[in-house]
Amino acid sequence: MKTQTAPGPTGTASADLKIVPRRHLGRWIGAAAVVLLLVWLAVSFSRAKIHWPTVQEYLTVPVLIQGIGVALLLTAVAMAIGLVLGVVTAVMRLSKNPVVSGVAWLYIWVFRGTPVYLQLLMWFNLALIFPVIGIPGLYSGRMIDILTPFVAASIGLGLNQGAYTSEVVRGGILSVDEGQTEAAQAVGMTRLQAMRRIVLPQAMRVIIPPVGNEVIGMLKTTSLASAIGVSEILSEAQHIYYVNNRIMELLIVCAVWYLGAVSILSIGQFYLERHFAKGSSSRQLPMTPMQRLTSIFGTKRKA
Amino acid sequence: MTTNVLVRAENVHKSFGLNEVLKGINLEVNSGEVVCLLGASGSGKSTFLRCINHLETLSNGRIWVGDKVVGYRQDGNRLFELSDKEAARQRRSIGMVFQRFNLFPHMTVLENIIEGPVLVNKVKPTEAKRHASELLARVGLEGREQSYPRQLSGGQQQRVAIARALAMKPELILFDEPTSALDPELVGEVLDVMKDLAKSGLTMIVVTHEIGFAKEVADRVAFMHGGEIVELGPPLEVLGNPQHERTKAFLSRVF
Repeated sequence: MKTQTAPGPTGTASADLKIVPRRHLGRWIGAAAVVLLLVWLAVSFSRAKIHWPTVQEYLTVPVLIQGIGVALLLTAVAMAIGLVLGVVTAVMRLSKNPVVSGVAWLYIWVFRGTPVYLQLLMWFNLALIFPVIGIPGLYSGRMIDILTPFVAASIGLGLNQGAYTSEVVRGGILSVDEGQTEAAQAVGMTRLQAMRRIVLPQAMRVIIPPVGNEVIGMLKTTSLASAIGVSEILSEAQHIYYVNNRIMELLIVCAVWYLGAVSILSIGQFYLERHFAKGSSSRQLPMTPMQRLTSIFGTKRKA
Repeated sequence: MTTNVLVRAENVHKSFGLNEVLKGINLEVNSGEVVCLLGASGSGKSTFLRCINHLETLSNGRIWVGDKVVGYRQDGNRLFELSDKEAARQRRSIGMVFQRFNLFPHMTVLENIIEGPVLVNKVKPTEAKRHASELLARVGLEGREQSYPRQLSGGQQQRVAIARALAMKPELILFDEPTSALDPELVGEVLDVMKDLAKSGLTMIVVTHEIGFAKEVADRVAFMHGGEIVELGPPLEVLGNPQHERTKAFLSRVF
């Protein structure tokens, strides 16, 4: 038998050839550029007239912690409203009933088509149209008593969010194969049962990443609620720097709190995505950081 | 021998827009009988099968399963389409196995099988699980309860789908090309399970391209062409000595 030789002037046996992995020169240049940029930013921040002890001092001021708390609470309430409305209107839009799908379409058209800021102002001033509210014979109250800034902001942000979430959910539902509904119907489920038990859980996989995005967006949008008198973190910070003039310092404090809150939300999203990835791939689920840690130490102990 | 008719289709028409897919199907299937529907693609076999459990509405005609008209309520000389809830109730006793399995990918094998009985028939979960394990053994998949569909081969998935249909204790199972999406070496295991079911006396209507299976298992074979049943009879007659031009042409192409 003849041994295989590589083409070229000097034939070498395959066994003697050395395989060299691809060199990633671009990555090194890129990383160096990023590091340089960061150093430059750090230097300019430290040279600027930022009084860092002030930042540290205001980081734990109760009003600001309360402010981020209000922002988080508003995010939770508005997202809850938005998700429920989003799922309901998405199912409505896909309905064969033209009245039902028409109503859903109208809702999305109105609430997606006007600025959130405008909607917030409208909810806050709703008393101009409906001065009193109530159930005839049971209860009635003045609108301005019921629609406090926080309630108005929750409803305003929630309804606006619902219109966007609706489209996300609709996309998720459409991504699930029609055969799934048919198989569910074939075992005697109604369309609604099939939607709840079979289609929506599968749609979640597609829905969660963009909704996670929107939760984070919502956290930041809550700062608009200061326009109607909700005391969230950014408006509280403004109140402080109007007095002491430490503008940059207080804005940095806010940024730190927002970044912290977003990081926690992102962790929640990771676990949620993992939960709904069940059965979606023949590969194993991505490891949680805890599992990764134990697996690292596990192998070390074995070795 | 007394035979009672389980499925009766009378003058079934179905159009999608201007395209008339079924042009007056008449067929009776007795209780315990296995009927295979053969024919080229586009001859209306699958559409007819889907009409039997009202996954498709009818344009004309009626289909009875047992003593009930499927999907409609007759009042005088009108047929009113049933509500979604009533149609769902009727489908409980009609199982269906799909070409692409359509298992629920987010559920384990066990959850796939017990979903219908527990949610729809209100069977106790413990009882449903016990029955599911029995059914899995029957289709040759004992011990695979906790697997997810993606972890199974096509043949195994289709056998789970059959177990899922059986879990509802149906009086009739519809098979829509159950082996067409399978690799050739996996077809046999699914057909074996189906043969077993046929022997147990289950009423089956099978849309298939497996002539061998039809010959061996079917009590009768219906050959469809252009939305009509052009030939109907015992497999040896229809397949061995076809009378209709279309049947002859089809069989000569298949063999």
